[in-house]
Amino acid sequence: MSVYYTREHEWVRVEGDAATVGITDFAQGQLGDVVFVEVPEAGRQVTRGGEAAVVESVKAASDVYAPVSGTVTEGNQAVVDEPSLVNTDPEGEGWFFKLTLSDNDELSELMSAEQYKSYCEDL
Amino acid sequence: MSDAETPLPLDGWHRARGARMVAFAGYAMPIQYEGIIAEHLWTRASAGLFDVSHMGQFVVAGAEAEKGLESLLPADLTLLKDGRLRYSLLLNAEGGIIDDLMVTRRGEHFYVVVNGATKEGDIAHLEARLPRTGVVDHMKEAALLALQGPKAVDALARLVPGIEALGFMTGAAFEIEGARAWISRSGYTGEDGFEISILARDAGKVADLLAEQPEVKPIGLGARDSLRLEAGLPLYGHDLGHDTTPVEAGLVFALSKRRRAEGGFPGWHRIAQELADGPIRKRVGLAIEGRQPVREGAIVVDGEGNEVGKVTSGGFSPSLEAPIAMAYVPLASAEPGTRISLASRGKIFTGIVTPMPFVPHRYQRKGGPQ
Repeated sequence: MSVYYTREHEWVRVEGDAATVGITDFAQGQLGDVVFVEVPEAGRQVTRGGEAAVVESVKAASDVYAPVSGTVTEGNQAVVDEPSLVNTDPEGEGWFFKLTLSDNDELSELMSAEQYKSYCEDL
Repeated sequence: MSDAETPLPLDGWHRARGARMVAFAGYAMPIQYEGIIAEHLWTRASAGLFDVSHMGQFVVAGAEAEKGLESLLPADLTLLKDGRLRYSLLLNAEGGIIDDLMVTRRGEHFYVVVNGATKEGDIAHLEARLPRTGVVDHMKEAALLALQGPKAVDALARLVPGIEALGFMTGAAFEIEGARAWISRSGYTGEDGFEISILARDAGKVADLLAEQPEVKPIGLGARDSLRLEAGLPLYGHDLGHDTTPVEAGLVFALSKRRRAEGGFPGWHRIAQELADGPIRKRVGLAIEGRQPVREGAIVVDGEGNEVGKVTSGGFSPSLEAPIAMAYVPLASAEPGTRISLASRGKIFTGIVTPMPFVPHRYQRKGGPQ
């Protein structure tokens, strides 16, 4: 299992060709109290960099982009029902959706945990 | 911090308390400390301390100050007693709103509080139009704090004995442990509370004394915005502007009876016509169906998808745990209960026209309504 990160502050956890996507702790801290989440339905095709989900805090609305291309297998109903999970457990229970990767090579374009940490420090 | 953001007197005070600072009205301001929802609910349940030192405070003095101000505002200042506040508006020749403000008669002069982003323009507007005898003191040495919430009176009475006797929309001079303070019973949250004008050099000491009270937590601009939205209070530059009139904005209460009849303030002709015939559009409150907030800039659309209005403020109400908004809609759609279609982020939302405030005001009025 490996975890990768994007410049748009999503994380993607990969096991074989199955991936789970969410937003990072840094991202939830910047957003503040999350009050609304919309996740994609199973079966939807997403392409790397395309809009895949929506997250809104008290102050602002943001799109969540697909870090990798693939077919959505599950949207997380728990964060739809309880958006504050994104604040309390962003990289665990607060995941957004799962997908089957269509191109594992895309992972090489993402950042490692270490690279992402230094990326955030420079922001 | 960029050079464009001027630090306010309490800049270090906020940073030491973990505030996230953002640029607002040309200043670095605290947007939040522990989080907007927690700060919002704390203010509704206890007492919140807001630094609003970015706002413009000034004094208008001189023999013709009353007459001069009346030529620019629709308020009847002859009825304004000493130590009383009134909400009023600087108007342009078309009846549009240059700014909204609070004016207090304070002995021989008027004390005026205006919005931070518009204060320079307001002062220039006044200085250009007041009679030659008018003097505008910019009070650049002043800071402004607001203490808001149902327990604000308990906290402040410990430091300023007797403050509990101050009536809603009145102000008086006090001392807070030796610091001179002008305190009024007023605010921008819909709660009971106080606005406290002090010298910048005393701001840290007074903020410390207030924040030490067990009822009080510092509150950022984020919760200030969600609190005023729930209270149905418009925000200048968003819900009010040069192209909105007081009648459209639902601020008819700011047009004093004598002034409505006599005129003598900018834009009176248009305003009198709108009072007689009704405005074309009106500011309304909207309860948004579903859970997704609709933000400022969303478009009000009619049955054919034509743009007929705009959302001017919108967000999530922490007290109601639901999205709410303010919008300008055609007069025919302004009745409570009307369903309004809103286009935002590629989707259509439904808003239901709802009387404001969304959350009841809890002002401490003495001797009945004023």
